[in-house]
Amino acid sequence: MKTIFSTTILTLLMLTLFVGVYSVVLTGIAQVLPTAGKIQLIQHKGKTVGYQNVGQAFNKPQYFWGRPSAVNYNAAGSGGSNKAISNLDYQKEVQARIEAFLQAHTYLQKKDLPAELVTASGSGLDPHISPTSALVQARRVAQVRKISEQKVIALVHKHTERPMNGLLGIPVVNVLALNVALDEL
Amino acid sequence: MLTEILGVVVMFVATLLLAYPLGKYISNVYAGKKTFLDVVFAPLERLFFRVSGIDDQKEMSWQANLYAMLTINAVWFVLCFVVLVMQGVLPLNPDKNPSMSADLAFNTAISFVVNCNLQHYSGESGLSYFGQMMLMFLQFVSAGTGMAVCAMLFKAMLQKGKNELGNFYSFFLKSCTRVLLPLSFIVAVILLFNGSPMTWAGKENLITLQGDTVQVSQGPVAGFVAIKHIGTNGGGFFGANSAHPLENPNYFTNIVQMIAQMIVPFAMIFALGFYLNRKRLAWNIFAVMSIGFWLLVLPTLYTEMQGSPTIARTGIMQNVGAMEGKEVRFGVMASAYWSIATTVISTGSVNSMHDSAMPISGAMQMLAMMTNCFYGGCGVGILNYYVFIILAVFISGLMVGRTPEFLGKKVEAKEVKIAALVAILHPLFILAGTALATYFASQNTEMGVWYGGKATGWLNNPNYHGFSEMLYEYTSASANNGSGFEGLGDNNLFWNITTGIILLLSRFLPIIAPIAIAGALAQKKYIPESAGTLQTDNATFGTMVFVVIFIIAALSFFPALALGPFAEYFSTI
Repeated sequence: MKTIFSTTILTLLMLTLFVGVYSVVLTGIAQVLPTAGKIQLIQHKGKTVGYQNVGQAFNKPQYFWGRPSAVNYNAAGSGGSNKAISNLDYQKEVQARIEAFLQAHTYLQKKDLPAELVTASGSGLDPHISPTSALVQARRVAQVRKISEQKVIALVHKHTERPMNGLLGIPVVNVLALNVALDEL
Repeated sequence: MLTEILGVVVMFVATLLLAYPLGKYISNVYAGKKTFLDVVFAPLERLFFRVSGIDDQKEMSWQANLYAMLTINAVWFVLCFVVLVMQGVLPLNPDKNPSMSADLAFNTAISFVVNCNLQHYSGESGLSYFGQMMLMFLQFVSAGTGMAVCAMLFKAMLQKGKNELGNFYSFFLKSCTRVLLPLSFIVAVILLFNGSPMTWAGKENLITLQGDTVQVSQGPVAGFVAIKHIGTNGGGFFGANSAHPLENPNYFTNIVQMIAQMIVPFAMIFALGFYLNRKRLAWNIFAVMSIGFWLLVLPTLYTEMQGSPTIARTGIMQNVGAMEGKEVRFGVMASAYWSIATTVISTGSVNSMHDSAMPISGAMQMLAMMTNCFYGGCGVGILNYYVFIILAVFISGLMVGRTPEFLGKKVEAKEVKIAALVAILHPLFILAGTALATYFASQNTEMGVWYGGKATGWLNNPNYHGFSEMLYEYTSASANNGSGFEGLGDNNLFWNITTGIILLLSRFLPIIAPIAIAGALAQKKYIPESAGTLQTDNATFGTMVFVVIFIIAALSFFPALALGPFAEYFSTI
């Protein structure tokens, strides 16, 4: 009984340190950041159109498209499809996505369509695509917007981020940032 | 490709380089030597113990230490359970998330007390910030418990003829204040400056660039994610865990989180070497564990880079590997490496969805949890490995006809019996649980209140992979890992209760058993080393331990793996 009592007191004391002090100090440090610890905004024409690290759904033809999402890019939740490669329904789903994508990009050959554009991400909120996946969409975007393809390709290159100075990891393109830049052209 | 390989190498080497000095530091902390954080924490610890009336100086027997450990764990369970079933009416709930059902709260509270973090809920909708903070507290103290028990084992190995294993309270509080808190703080600040939120505001409403209306969850993420890795807990703030771009914003944070989850398990091995002044033994253990680890990593890297055979048949480009369930910013290699690191250690956080991994990768992930002793969780990894050392000492002793000895103590029938029993528990929990669930699924039983429908309804994928989903869940529960083939519909009475019970047993029995062995050995007379002593820090003995692990832990699962991932592999090629 005495042990239960004293360990309960110890627990309460530790709660103040490991939850109270720890999170208050971190929240305090967060205030020095421009975001004050909130999610980093992306603005366009004075309006908030999204968050730096949270992917958005794009399916209109004038925009670059991101990856399929198991949660439809609604960041009130998150998650992947959890489909196995052996699942026949899943295989049909991928096949349908391939056909839809090729229909929207008639100039594209099947063997040049990157798999990431027809497979769902782990979080359902993946903000990125690879530069290859952006470049295969460049002609479509240029045609719809009636601007030169070269200009769109140049924009993709400009928005290609190389993490850790390109030493480690892989280059990525933030789809939302790229689309905002397109709208600002 | 090259930069991806380099990324993997950097993660492993950097962990090793940082863990070695940390091991020295941890050893000093447990030995009661002076360390640079004494100024801050020594007065604080004295205050905590004085107020709670605990004597942290008293040498306690192994029984008294375990009693203290179990009591404080029970207190945490009750406290957490109460918070979770009441969180709907408690403060810090800007999103108005509801209280948990009793069975889900039972599963969640146990799961976080035992350092597993199985998570049959999604953080965005299943928890208030108050609930999250309660769980964050358990992430500190459950890791501290594991480390404290490991420190007791160190102490027991040094003890000659006395049942004195140090003081649980002292080891425990020091583990939390001197190791877990400062490390978590550093990691949290790094995450914060890379875009993880640390705010108490609720969901944001947003109209996207092309005009959709969505919501975005946030919260005090940075602090939570830091201890989730430093304490090898693995429970994510959001449903998607470290695949979520707010928990793990970029390639750099991915490296930081990978180092964070492996550093303490690595450091504990070196701490053993420093504490006992047997550095050769520590390197021997590290080498055996690392060989096991890389034997699991390499096939996974290879098969994930090859990509999915079913996607390949559609004729599209798959040059970067299998991308279903993975994030572009990490790439396939860093995701594949993570999936094994998180399963050999008991973290269980994910940066890709294991359910969508290639069948061979799934097999490696499960095998990593089935062996459960290559590095292992905070503290408990060494405990699990210790059991295999005892078995290996016994078997080698029989083979060469010498009395089995470990660190100058005779290993006799009683110790070997306990070790053998606890080694068999892990396969028993996993296979019995899977057999039960598979029986219901195969009969498609109407589960009533236990599930609310027919049993196959809980599967997200049919056939072999469906079997793998159930096998993975029990493996994860029994290894106190917490990752999952998350397609499984596990938030219901059946899964909450069965995995909850396995969680409890598979945490505390494998802690009690090695401490009982160590306590028994500590009381024995010390026999100085002689020419006839079995060497336990050379390559021969290392190989012996590896073989014992392979036979007991790995081979007992091969029939189950053959029915699940291997059968799926052959059905897809």
